[in-house]
Amino acid sequence: MAVPLNPGRALSGPPVSYSPELERVEIGLLLEGIFRHYGFDFRSYAYASLRRRLWKRIEDEHLSSISELQARVLHDTEAMERLLLDLSVSVTAMFRDPGFYQVFRRDVVPLLRTYPFIRIWHAGCSTGEEVYSTAIVLEEEGLLDRTRIYATDINAVVLEQARAGIFPLTRMQEYTENYIRAGGTRSFSEYYTAMYDGALFSPSLTRTVAFSQHNLVTDRSFSEFHVIFCRNVLIYFDRELQNRVHRLFYDSLVTFGILVLGSKESLRGAQYEACYEKLHARDKLYRKIG
Amino acid sequence: MAYEIVVVGTSWGGLAALRELVGSLPPEFELPIVLVQHRHRESDALLASLIQDRTRLSVSEVEDKTRIARHNVYIAPADYHLLIEPGSFALSTEEPVRFSRPSIDVTLASAADSYAERTVGVVLTGANADGARGLRRIADRGGLVLVQRPDSAESPTMPAMALREVPEARALTIGEIAKHLAGLPGAAPASEARVQ
Repeated sequence: MAVPLNPGRALSGPPVSYSPELERVEIGLLLEGIFRHYGFDFRSYAYASLRRRLWKRIEDEHLSSISELQARVLHDTEAMERLLLDLSVSVTAMFRDPGFYQVFRRDVVPLLRTYPFIRIWHAGCSTGEEVYSTAIVLEEEGLLDRTRIYATDINAVVLEQARAGIFPLTRMQEYTENYIRAGGTRSFSEYYTAMYDGALFSPSLTRTVAFSQHNLVTDRSFSEFHVIFCRNVLIYFDRELQNRVHRLFYDSLVTFGILVLGSKESLRGAQYEACYEKLHARDKLYRKIG
Repeated sequence: MAYEIVVVGTSWGGLAALRELVGSLPPEFELPIVLVQHRHRESDALLASLIQDRTRLSVSEVEDKTRIARHNVYIAPADYHLLIEPGSFALSTEEPVRFSRPSIDVTLASAADSYAERTVGVVLTGANADGARGLRRIADRGGLVLVQRPDSAESPTMPAMALREVPEARALTIGEIAKHLAGLPGAAPASEARVQ
């Protein structure tokens, strides 16, 4: 056969003998323990992806059950930090969904021009790819200097990476293609310097960015924004928690402020659906109207 | 015992295969069908409309938390992993598994973990090994496993890898797979009556 079946990492999960009901009980206990001991609340995270990540961590720690992972993370803060990274890192790309950035440039930028000063919140910014993407768009549109971007994440480690602005050189080809399709007006390579295997993005792009730790589950609103980006973050939450976060976003947007969700997320069925109008259906841009 | 969900994975050659498979199912086919097709990260709703052309079942791309309903054909969106929970879908942008997002293995395995022996897993044409491990998980949990006969596939590698990993899977042509699905308990009102 031409393609070898590579054993090991491809498919994390429990052995078949593991009872799904018992697994649910154990995961409930683990999350309760983490919440009570460390204060991180993953109890309302979407089950299927949470479970996948837990089993990856179990394999990497060379353990064999959720209960063993519970003992490990409760007694070993370094193991907890590793789990925290697993649970809170969202994988993204610069100019992910290039079509969205075209729409942003065409439909949102003109609205932003009407404000003397613009506040943007990237909620759950992870390692910062989208923060840099937005900063590049605003720079090219001449708006960056009157914008303040707040980039927050629950996870201090990824925020540090975001602040450093170094992304893998291996991804620059993909990002360059995305950038061009997103309607970029310059040469993408102007924005970074290659060093070893990393691309260091120009620190001037983050001259108006404040990176800080914020927990969407437990923390409150901290300002009023003209745009809130939260793309592919809420997919890791269950519906009830999604509703709670939508309340936070609603409270944090100015009237006519824009909420940006991921391309396969929507407000449909959410409590706050009626408070927004669709600015663009496919690209999930919503405007707060009431 | 009635089946509750059908998950179909395919890669190279998948468009024609999926159109033939879905197009061959009777219009009263009830089981929710989930299609995972490898494709470019920016591909749009074209796949859904090309499949919709061939069926009266309702075809749509999954959004986060979409509820799983009968008489529906669901398509995994490009550039997300598609996870199946009891009664609904969940999306994830975690790193690609073996260069694939969506990963067929991930969707098949999560169906097995949520629906166990009420899952039907199907692997069709493709030029890589995705799907084999997920199909194994479905078989291990007592579900039904079907594979396109490699000599009838546009690209035989993926079915062959699935058969190597899951030797007990039934190897059938696409026409035979459609017929088999249509006759399953739970697949249509008539077939349910036959079982009772």
